[in-house]
Amino acid sequence: MPRAVIRTQGLSKTYRTGFWKTRSVLALDRLDLEVFENEIFGCLGPNGAGKSTTLKLLMSLIYPTSGQAEILGESVFNLATRRSIGYLPENPYFYEYLTAEEFLTYYGSLFGYSKSELQSRVPHFLKLTDVFHARKLQLRKFSKGMLQRVGIAQAIINDPRVVFLDEPMSGLDPIGRREVRDLILQLKRDGKTVFFSTHILNDVETLCDRVAILNRGKVIGSGQPNGLVDQEVTHVEVVVTGIELEHLRQLAGPEARVSHSGTTSRLELPAQAPLAELIAGIERVSGRIVSVNQVRQTMEDYFLKVVGKPERQAASNVRS
Amino acid sequence: MSVLPIARNTFRECVRDKVLYNLVIFAILIIVSSLILGAITIGDVKQIILNLGLSTISIFGTLIAIFIGIQLVYKEIDKKTVFSLLAKPVARHEFILGKYLGLSMTLAVNVAVMILGVYSAVLYLRQSFQSADIQILLAGGLILVELMLVIAIALLFSTFSTPALSALFTFCLYVIGHFNSDIRQYGASSDSVLTKVVASTTYYLLPNFGNFDVISSTAHGQFMTGGVYLFSAMYGLAYSTGLLLVAMWIFQKRDFK
Repeated sequence: MPRAVIRTQGLSKTYRTGFWKTRSVLALDRLDLEVFENEIFGCLGPNGAGKSTTLKLLMSLIYPTSGQAEILGESVFNLATRRSIGYLPENPYFYEYLTAEEFLTYYGSLFGYSKSELQSRVPHFLKLTDVFHARKLQLRKFSKGMLQRVGIAQAIINDPRVVFLDEPMSGLDPIGRREVRDLILQLKRDGKTVFFSTHILNDVETLCDRVAILNRGKVIGSGQPNGLVDQEVTHVEVVVTGIELEHLRQLAGPEARVSHSGTTSRLELPAQAPLAELIAGIERVSGRIVSVNQVRQTMEDYFLKVVGKPERQAASNVRS
Repeated sequence: MSVLPIARNTFRECVRDKVLYNLVIFAILIIVSSLILGAITIGDVKQIILNLGLSTISIFGTLIAIFIGIQLVYKEIDKKTVFSLLAKPVARHEFILGKYLGLSMTLAVNVAVMILGVYSAVLYLRQSFQSADIQILLAGGLILVELMLVIAIALLFSTFSTPALSALFTFCLYVIGHFNSDIRQYGASSDSVLTKVVASTTYYLLPNFGNFDVISSTAHGQFMTGGVYLFSAMYGLAYSTGLLLVAMWIFQKRDFK
């Protein structure tokens, strides 16, 4: 049985809002979670689902209304545990008047490292996150991607066993995202446990060993990304060229969805549709089959299904 | 112990925010005043330069203590730097103490340099020092304690309020604190029991800044006993400690959304 390094039990958070704090908003509802050693665990959900609240509760930046949270077998309020963890907040803002080198030295000194230890640690982590060249530059002059990398450097300056990253790919360009993704994989190779939140589905599919999907403060699905997604074929996609649209509609039958672009037509057929007859029919009228693909459920399909109709619009907006 | 790194960083922030540039204005003021006073030589020039120098130290220091103090904690929360900082092995009370000591260090440097300036002006005008001039140093020390009390008030408000409101509250307390003795006397001379109770409660509850009013006596060469200095310093430090404990308690209970 693998060892749980992060565990929450019935973790809930209700915020009091309004001038008199009379209204309450349930941000997290009885979260039960276990993350095991050396896992990359993704916390997926649309904006406002409770991902950042979960991370802030784990970092004891906010207090739970009820429930418990543990990291490495200790309460999240245990100060000593923070020696073994790292945290990158969402949209990190750091001290813009500091250079990258000064910033890391400052944060390293919070762990009580000696001057000589910091002199070896700081350049190492600046190089690891590829900001060594800009070490003498004030953070106010850093791009979003560079700030994110410095943010990761401060999160791992203490060589933590568990790393928490809140939306680490948010706002980054494709190259920046790739770099952060590689860094996360490197952390796993180094034996660390990574817990990160995201609303980017592709991150979950490419990075995570396991994932929990949050919506409106509740876990509505969890498991391995492949396990969550139904592996059965949902439909068959046939791409055809050199045939008139009307002709194609007749051959495909009423259950098929047909779309057309230029000289190419695309058919979406039920998984059990008699393909051989259709292909023969197309060839009889001198049509050409470009491709035939079995389509399986994607993470996006699953996400939209479990998050539900009211969130579809929002989810499609945030997907990148 | 994370207090020192946080204090050092707060000091560095103040320096990079060009807070110490006020020293330039002070230097110009003291040099120009000394030159003018040296030229006219009417009246007691030492009294004038001490009044001017110590008052400027107090005014500049108070402005810095209020306007930087109200942002000490608020800025860290507003800019969200507190998120990554408190995820490190830093207890919340250490954060408050570090921020407080950082600004206190800045003002200590400020006051020390300004006191040196006052001594230089006295030396320029009189060509020599007297043993009583040690009073200038003691006055500087007491002004620093007063400023540390102002920082503690501003920091307390900045743990739960906006900068604008914190500045207003701190300034009000600072002004009321200077009239605290008058409030007590008013209560004592009143026939109403209610007025007596309210005046007395106000006197003991609010900070008594009158304890730090040493500028005039120092300028006039009125020797204050060591006991008075010690009492005023202890009062200021004890009051500041009390305010810091309240600030730590509020900060400890806060959610950082």
